[in-house]
Amino acid sequence: MEIETLQQMAGQIRRDIVRMVHKAQSGHPGGSLGCTEYFVALYFEILRRKPVFEMDGHDEDLFFLSNGHISPVWYSTLARAGFFPVEELATFRQIDSRLQGHPATHEGLEGIRVASGSLGQGLSVAIGAALAKKLNQDPHLVYVLMGDGEQQEGQIWEAAMFAAHHKVDNLIATIDVNGQQIDGPVKEVMDLQDLAAKWKAFGWQVLEMEGNDLGEVIRTLRLAKGLTQREQPIVILMKTEMGFGVDFMVGTHKWHGIAPNDEELQKALAQLPATLGDFPIV
Amino acid sequence: MKQYEILGHQDTRSGFGAGLLELGQKNPKVVALCADLTGSLKMDAFKAAFPERFFQTGIAEANMMGLAAGLTIGGLIPYTGTFANFSTGRVYDQIRQSIAYSGKNVKICASHAGLTLGEDGATHQILEDIGLMKMLPHLTVINPCDYNQTKAATLAIAEYEGPVYLRFGRPKVPIFIPEDTPFEIGKALLLREGKHVSLFATGHLVWPALQAAEILAKENISAEVINFHTIKPLDETALLQSVQKTKCAVSAEEHQLNGGLGESLAQCLSRQFPCPLEMVGIHDSFGESGKPEALMQKYGLTCDHIAEAARQAIIRKRNAKPKAFKVHPVSQ
Repeated sequence: MEIETLQQMAGQIRRDIVRMVHKAQSGHPGGSLGCTEYFVALYFEILRRKPVFEMDGHDEDLFFLSNGHISPVWYSTLARAGFFPVEELATFRQIDSRLQGHPATHEGLEGIRVASGSLGQGLSVAIGAALAKKLNQDPHLVYVLMGDGEQQEGQIWEAAMFAAHHKVDNLIATIDVNGQQIDGPVKEVMDLQDLAAKWKAFGWQVLEMEGNDLGEVIRTLRLAKGLTQREQPIVILMKTEMGFGVDFMVGTHKWHGIAPNDEELQKALAQLPATLGDFPIV
Repeated sequence: MKQYEILGHQDTRSGFGAGLLELGQKNPKVVALCADLTGSLKMDAFKAAFPERFFQTGIAEANMMGLAAGLTIGGLIPYTGTFANFSTGRVYDQIRQSIAYSGKNVKICASHAGLTLGEDGATHQILEDIGLMKMLPHLTVINPCDYNQTKAATLAIAEYEGPVYLRFGRPKVPIFIPEDTPFEIGKALLLREGKHVSLFATGHLVWPALQAAEILAKENISAEVINFHTIKPLDETALLQSVQKTKCAVSAEEHQLNGGLGESLAQCLSRQFPCPLEMVGIHDSFGESGKPEALMQKYGLTCDHIAEAARQAIIRKRNAKPKAFKVHPVSQ
């Protein structure tokens, strides 16, 4: 796709995120807005995916979201990519919805292959799926996104050790380095120190990118693809601004997990022109 | 009715190892993962025969559960292997979110369950695992009683689509279930017919329950013995058919009374057919180091304890009044 088309998509997805969280008066807008370029690049440019969702994911690339609380950006992306009707976005976090607060397979939402939300588990699942691809002689790749606060979970490092030891080289992990977590800046809550050095020391190929520069995200993901099948897992440290695209939400942990009020919604939408048509609020 | 007798002695974990090897030959979708306990879990033969389908995870059980969930997404059937303690309590949230809630076809295979792990002591003797696992929606919980049944269960769960917890143990115990006995998940096995009291047992306490029935027979008490190898889903039909005949029962398990087989039976009986139920199990305490036989004696998990519980159940049935309240010695 043309970069302008992708930019329009990103703008629409940001509108969806803010409107979904406002409608539910609950959810996580900050991290969702910060990762919008990544999702657009992945689903509209990078993933080799089938048009119809199949849980087993044979002969296609797979994506797992480990930091499940940024479900709004994933749901919007999936709907805009045609996995389910855009109208369904209005049901986010409502009773009887398939769009649970955190992603789940239980209600049969197309595009979701495992529940996530309790942090630290998605990398292990993605590695398992990558092992299955190798056993099934399926040359497609597995992608996974984690948060930076999530790096504090011990299971991440169990998984990191495993993937390097077992040469899981059909996997591209990305860490959303927005420097924020619920209780404040990551540096203050529990400093990760030199994250790139940590992953290198665990035996991974480490790349870095500016996560809110759509062109750079696409280029770096393509570069990472070119580095697969070389007996080494790959991780991209993706620098983002939490809340990117909505000026008053940028760069603060305040908007990690709260919803805008009516006035804040209007202020946010004024900065995000509708490009593809908003989902109707029912 | 068939008389069950000792055919030999073997550990139930070896039944798992034999079953897994056979599965490896029969079903190319079966893969195995182990967290540094390959020998203890008897997974060596599978590992040697199918090295590309075996994954050593190191001492990292949380990751192992996540890997297993991911492997199912490619259509494979992963069997995880470690001690029961590290298969459940240590990784509860991983099982809950990535496996049970996500409906993944993972077979969680757990050895060294219960007191009979022996000398390693209470840090490793989990007595809560059945309760932890049965509380999770969609999880099937199986605790076979001997080598042959464990092998049969290992094979059977591959044919079932959904997460399973398969619990077995360390010591050599009697083999008494004939090799050709079919294993049906959720279908209790009637081992001995009786009229006066029902003995419902699982795992290592099934053979002692048969021995208890022999002891009781000498006192002209006719005890029915049913092997509840599947704790969840519970075979309520087998339970109710038996107590409608005997009007009183005993549960027996190497597990806490809280959360165990007896609790599941009591829940069904209180709804459907209230009657005296005596419970042989662990009374809210941790275990300790010792020889398995000495531990089973001290914690009240022998055939004599089951027989005494049966006598109490019959007294309660006849008198229709509760026995005097007695605190179990180990829980004080």
